[in-house]
Amino acid sequence: MEHYNMKLTLKVWKQKNSNTPGNFETYHVSDISSEMSFLEMFDVLNEQLITEGKDPIAFDHDCREGICGMCSMYINGRAHGPWTKNTVCQLHMRAFKDGETIVVEPWRAAAFPVIKDLMVDRSAFDRIIQAGGFISVNTGNAVDANSLPVDKKDADTAFDAAACIGCGACVAACKNSSAMLFVSAKVSQLALLPQGQPERETRVLNMVTQMDKEGFGNCTNTYACEAECPKGISVANIARMNREYLKAGLKSEAK
Amino acid sequence: MSLDSKIPAGEMDKKWTDYKGHVKLVNPANKRKLEIIVVGTGLAGASAAASLGEMGYRVKAFCFQDSPRRAHSIAAQGGINAAKNYQNDGDSVFRLFYDTVKGGDYRSREANVHRLAEVSNNIIDQCVAQGVPFAREYGGLLSNRSFGGTQVQRTFYAAGQTGQQLLLGAYSALERQVALGSVTMYSRHEMLDIVKIDGKARGIIARDLVTGKLERHFGHCVLLCTGGYGNVFYLSTNAMGSNVTAAWKAHKKGAYFGNPCFTQIHPTCIPVSGDHQSKLTLMSESLRNDGRIWVPKQKGDTRKGVDIPEEERDYYLERRYPAFGNLVPRDVASRAAKERCDEGYGVGTTKMAVYLDFKDAIIRYGKIEAGKTGNEEAAHHTILELGKAVVAEKYGNLFEMYEKITGENPYEVPMRIYPAVHYTMGGLWVDYELKTTVDGLYALGEANFSDHGANRLGASALMQGLADGYFVIPYTLGNYLADEIRTASIPTDHPAFVEAEKEVSERITKLMSIKGNQSVESFHKRLGKIMWDKCGMARNAKGLQEAIVEIQELRKQFWSDVRIPGDIEEMNPELDKAGRVADFLELGELMCMDALNRNESCGGHFREESQTEEGEAKRDDANFSYVSAWEYKGDSNWQLNKEPLTFEIVKPTQRSYK
Repeated sequence: MEHYNMKLTLKVWKQKNSNTPGNFETYHVSDISSEMSFLEMFDVLNEQLITEGKDPIAFDHDCREGICGMCSMYINGRAHGPWTKNTVCQLHMRAFKDGETIVVEPWRAAAFPVIKDLMVDRSAFDRIIQAGGFISVNTGNAVDANSLPVDKKDADTAFDAAACIGCGACVAACKNSSAMLFVSAKVSQLALLPQGQPERETRVLNMVTQMDKEGFGNCTNTYACEAECPKGISVANIARMNREYLKAGLKSEAK
Repeated sequence: MSLDSKIPAGEMDKKWTDYKGHVKLVNPANKRKLEIIVVGTGLAGASAAASLGEMGYRVKAFCFQDSPRRAHSIAAQGGINAAKNYQNDGDSVFRLFYDTVKGGDYRSREANVHRLAEVSNNIIDQCVAQGVPFAREYGGLLSNRSFGGTQVQRTFYAAGQTGQQLLLGAYSALERQVALGSVTMYSRHEMLDIVKIDGKARGIIARDLVTGKLERHFGHCVLLCTGGYGNVFYLSTNAMGSNVTAAWKAHKKGAYFGNPCFTQIHPTCIPVSGDHQSKLTLMSESLRNDGRIWVPKQKGDTRKGVDIPEEERDYYLERRYPAFGNLVPRDVASRAAKERCDEGYGVGTTKMAVYLDFKDAIIRYGKIEAGKTGNEEAAHHTILELGKAVVAEKYGNLFEMYEKITGENPYEVPMRIYPAVHYTMGGLWVDYELKTTVDGLYALGEANFSDHGANRLGASALMQGLADGYFVIPYTLGNYLADEIRTASIPTDHPAFVEAEKEVSERITKLMSIKGNQSVESFHKRLGKIMWDKCGMARNAKGLQEAIVEIQELRKQFWSDVRIPGDIEEMNPELDKAGRVADFLELGELMCMDALNRNESCGGHFREESQTEEGEAKRDDANFSYVSAWEYKGDSNWQLNKEPLTFEIVKPTQRSYK
């Protein structure tokens, strides 16, 4: 692949901590290779800032191979930047041209408060899982794995939902900051599998209640979440969760 | 101190059953009074914390990431082994045990490996019960594939995301315990020291990475599940945050370090593209089932891969190892790639890469597909289309990832690959109960040294992490805690906690007060280069001796000229990184010492002085059939203790793949 170097202007959100208001700072970088990843470009910028005695930019990242779900930047108005089905860490600089200005913000949502600069607190997702995103089976209680055949189609659909990396891009992309795609992916995975049946109803009710409690918004079917999801999680999961929720609600009222 | 591995007496296949039958138990009422600290929440840590919480213990779990779901176990692609023999192809606990001991080049402990093979089946059952969506056949039963050149199909998988699915299973079990109140989770926390009282591990000093404040936490025992230390090389397939700090602090508090030089270099990774490179990405080993590895026959050939005709290509693995070809074990494949590149046959702009080519596989599969529809005379482009579809189904996500990173389409041009640091077989020395040489301090998963010897087989890391957490520690820990039921929780104003916190605090203040001119990253890069050049795929006495001096010099520079911006009591990623790099700067020296001491080649450890006439690794059982367990004695000062290895069942032979 032919590569090229570029000069870029970056407008990056800087915020000292959750109690201090933030603002955009402008930075200039040069000799950025088209072969770098977007986060490597940030590494270069941070090295430059440290050398100049300035404060580097804090951002979340870990695996840098698109699977841990830690990286989270809102780039030029899009969660995870311009490429589809992609995380920031897998975004490469050949997506940009020499001389461009790039605007980088943290995930924006009331339920994801900013910790510092581009880092946000996504512990709300953990609390939603605590509310029911599991199957209650203690270690040692399992029967032989093949004693429980699973229809291949259901297994594959459950796997597609389970591919969610919990990054929160769906929330950041949604104008209502809804977490429906994240929650429905876990509800779907477990509702589709025979192992998930015993807690099927309480699971969806409890997870949705927790989701609302955390302050995520409602779903208005714009599908922005699906469009920006790095793992291509389908909005069909949201439809499935709505059905599950309705059924479970009716049943619990009848009791 | 003498090393007691506490291997139970009796026949190999009865040891674990006998142990479980006689181990001490803790009654439920007492479990509620006992507190356990678990550091790290990858496969080993999350499964241990969840299982111990379920049993009724009070657990505190710590991770440096923002959620336990991010631990680097999540990035494992290929699969997890188990001796289920669902494919009726002759697999058994014995075969899995045998393959693992042999694959580890006879440098692991037989009894531990046998136990690992025994519990492997329970792991699959447990994960399926949790809702882990493993790949299935049309009949609804679980699917298997072969992996890493074994002769049976024993690998369970979930597309190329097996680690992710297993970790999310363990994470869900952990979060369930958090909801039930038996586990308290501390994310964005980093363990910075072990607290010892009367010779026993009794807690930790942790730093809240958001506020920067130090915290004291008591536990009747401490479990380190903190992964491997591959990032000592700077460039590796590990996550950016993966570090040795917890294990290293434990080491300095008396835990011996086992076989630190045993590093796995994985042959199929995307090569370095320039100085900006921050990490390396693995391409699953499964690609070698269909891809052919080659370099040009002509040195310094500047033509593009596709322009080099067949007769001018050197399929060097097929040439050197006709019996195994492209499927030789990881250590052998990695060294062969390095040899070709060092000789000047490398490809790509950096010349530090070899080709992994799918052209033949595409044509082969294309012809089969055309044949299925009776289209024997299909045009070449139709065959290519059909073949690409088959390859896409098998490896689509990997090909996509390759294209995102390199901008090249591997369906059209050969992939470029090069070996990269991937896993560390070495780690804290533990006995059969997973206890380190410090009483009450345990190490699980990649953080310990015990099961993989000098080379880990594919799909075995996930197995070991979950074995330790779900099925080993719940038994062995009780044997220790049964004697602790009279120990009341120790208040954290105890002098040992005060002293430990003071030491940690002083070190942080010292780091921040250096105010030098060079960034943490620049030191880490230089350390990585020393390690890669002199303690990497091939090692020799001269290079290792030089490396030790260079690392000492670099460490001195670090402590006098590192620049860390920001403050202590705030979110400060540069400070977090500085502490980790400072520990890597000490570990690197020990790795070189260990590699220097081990004047034999075994598994991933290749000493140039110890090779056959054909350039293959030569083991020296007469002199080196032991585990090196290093005891910390102060700055640059270690004492070597040896745990002799005896092989009752699997008799050592020289591995040959010709």
